Amino acid sequence: MKVFNLVVVGYGGQGVLSLAEIIERAAFKQGFDTKGAELHGLTQRGGSLQCHARFGEKVFSPIVRKAGADLIIALEPLEGLRACYYANKEKTILLTDERVLNPSPVDEEKISLEELISEMKKFVKKVETVEASKIVERLTGDIAMSNVFMLGYSIAKNLLPIKKEIAWEAVAEKIRPQFLEANKKVFEEAFRA
Amino acid sequence: MAKEILNEEGKILLLGNEAIARGALEAGVAIATTYPGTPASEIGDTFAEIAKDVGIYFEYSTNEKVAVEAAAGAALSGLRSIVSFKHFGLNVASDSVFPLAYLGVKAGMVIAVADDPNCWSSAQSEQDSRYYARIAHLPMLEPSDAQEAKDLTKKAFELSEKFGIPVFIRTTTRVAYMRSLVKLGKIERIERKVKFEKNIKYRNFPPKILEVHEELHKKLEELKKEGEKMCSVFNRNSKSKIGIIVSGVSLNYVLEALEELNLKIPVLKISMTYPLPEKSIAKFISKLKEVLVVEELEPILEEEVKKIAKDSNPKLKIHGKDLLPIVGEYKPEIMLQAIAKISKKKIPKELIEEKFDAKKIEKRLMQLCAGCPHRASFWSIKKALGSDKIVAGDIGCYMIGVHPPNNILDFVSCMGASIGISHGISKTGEKPIAFIGDSTFFHAGIPALINAVHNKGNLLVVILDNRTTAMTGHQPHPGVNLTGMGEETKAIAIEDIVKACGVENVKVVNAYNIEEFIKTAKEFYSLPGVSVIVAKGECRLQAVRKLARSGAKIPKFEFVEQPDEEKAKELEAFGCPAIRKRNGVFYIDKNLCWGCGTCTQIFKGIKPKVEK
Repeated sequence: MKVFNLVVVGYGGQGVLSLAEIIERAAFKQGFDTKGAELHGLTQRGGSLQCHARFGEKVFSPIVRKAGADLIIALEPLEGLRACYYANKEKTILLTDERVLNPSPVDEEKISLEELISEMKKFVKKVETVEASKIVERLTGDIAMSNVFMLGYSIAKNLLPIKKEIAWEAVAEKIRPQFLEANKKVFEEAFRA
Repeated sequence: MAKEILNEEGKILLLGNEAIARGALEAGVAIATTYPGTPASEIGDTFAEIAKDVGIYFEYSTNEKVAVEAAAGAALSGLRSIVSFKHFGLNVASDSVFPLAYLGVKAGMVIAVADDPNCWSSAQSEQDSRYYARIAHLPMLEPSDAQEAKDLTKKAFELSEKFGIPVFIRTTTRVAYMRSLVKLGKIERIERKVKFEKNIKYRNFPPKILEVHEELHKKLEELKKEGEKMCSVFNRNSKSKIGIIVSGVSLNYVLEALEELNLKIPVLKISMTYPLPEKSIAKFISKLKEVLVVEELEPILEEEVKKIAKDSNPKLKIHGKDLLPIVGEYKPEIMLQAIAKISKKKIPKELIEEKFDAKKIEKRLMQLCAGCPHRASFWSIKKALGSDKIVAGDIGCYMIGVHPPNNILDFVSCMGASIGISHGISKTGEKPIAFIGDSTFFHAGIPALINAVHNKGNLLVVILDNRTTAMTGHQPHPGVNLTGMGEETKAIAIEDIVKACGVENVKVVNAYNIEEFIKTAKEFYSLPGVSVIVAKGECRLQAVRKLARSGAKIPKFEFVEQPDEEKAKELEAFGCPAIRKRNGVFYIDKNLCWGCGTCTQIFKGIKPKVEK
């Protein structure tokens, strides 16, 4: 397979790192050469966070090049727009959760989902939105597992060339056993959404 | 950590940092030490998780200098050792590193240092640690991915033992945090029974030093030969008159760009960047008309290639920092453009059209977590002493205090400097406030505190004791009762050290108790000399994780009434990310709130949420 270029974004604390690692593990299990780029430490404290995952027959750079993304998975729409640096009008699909978290906590109406989507559309081939955190909150009581939902959803919609069973195997390797059952529920729900 | 790291064989995905740890295990390392620092933290963290399983010794040392010393003690005695830290850590450690080249080591000793181009997680400078190899007279190897991180670590042990001096492994963020495939070798499990043997050569003292210095230079000449063997050439049979010399992560960007541009120009990849494999470089450039030297940060290789070319190919056109930036990290598109330029190829059109402008997008700055005890401490100090005082920060999560809405720190320098610089400022007649974290205090704050007391400084020190080294991934420090190997140990109370440093006014306060904090701060600030408040409050991220693992519920809060204008301003200035306002109405986002409850002390209209 030609190298698949994925950028996973969100803000620190959303599980961006875990999601990227799960996808990298799954890609590797599926037989692809795989490279990922992540950031740790201070970059994780609530700020913008971008992870890269590239897989295919032979991968050199761990970082997706500008305008090189096949898929952007955004756990938060503003971060999705920021990731449009990697977007390409010819090919990029941007999948984003619909829950906007304004950087300014006391000015929440400042940025709306509609505005963000119309901006994103300028740079990508297609924007897909899903109420991931809303669905996950309904299922589990909070939004923590939205990352696993987004994984399932991107597979269900054929946006990510990873097999469902293999993706779940990778989730099971990464997530603590006591949270597995709830994650499974969330993962499966993504295929019905 | 990758669970597969102790697999006996096969290919697995590893972070560069994990791969360094694995390489050390395959080399039969017996002792690993570190002081945590991103982007190197996971080297030590990996050892912390597996040390007991593989029968090696690991410690989080108090600072990088003692980490080097502990590793050196092992290597002098005949056990292979590795020490790891970030670039600034090497600044601290350098005093202990330099003499090691002269003392020599008996068993292999590897010093892993991680630079951070782009300052992803580094506050003080965009440091290039390659210069250290040159001052220290110690060889340096630079991997370009996780596989090489493992292999070169192994090689570093071999070279260190062969030449009797420590060897550097230098990574950058994108190697340290690259997850890529690693083919495993065999883990060497070694007997740890050795004995320090007295040897006159360890008595490092003049006039012997000059002889050893001479010997060192001879060793470096010999090491060059090893470096020659570690070079690799891509597209060796190319007839192109243009070539590329590269080291580290940039190799990946170069190969990526060549593939995209469909170019087959020769590439010389250098793995030992000090001492340099001069012969390989001379041979590589001998038939070229132009060469591009690719290295992040300072033009060290470029200058060296220029020197070599003077003899071997004086007409060679040498590119480097004329086409590539000195500042920030490299990216595939930067490389593509530089290579397209020297090879006169067209750049893909999507790289030329500049429609996307990141500057227009609202920034999301890093911030203190909801429930962070540091936010409460900042708040209390502001309330007690106003906003006109000079306030020093130090190295840790609380550096975020430079950002709005905290806006409290006037300067941040390096580990321990909050106290040292504040003491100096106090000699101008001002009375500064110095914030320093617990781990940072143990690391470098103590000598500065003693200095301030002894030399009659005038400042208020606030030690933010969150019971962990939070920013780098929650490693223990001497103030907690656990070692890096998870064994119980004596917790050293910060307040006891402070008293022993001669400070008379010292008080431990609960960081979350605003009233008590304000009272203490007012009182202590009015007293002459050095006063210390130890603000205790466990890192909320750590506390919440413990709660979640135990299955306990995190308390939740809600607004039962709306604040008036004055209180609203206070809540905004407090700046908890979970206190939000939409269409003029305040609410607490339950998905962000971590239940510290500090806000209830600021506004009485916030109450614990009653579960229905």
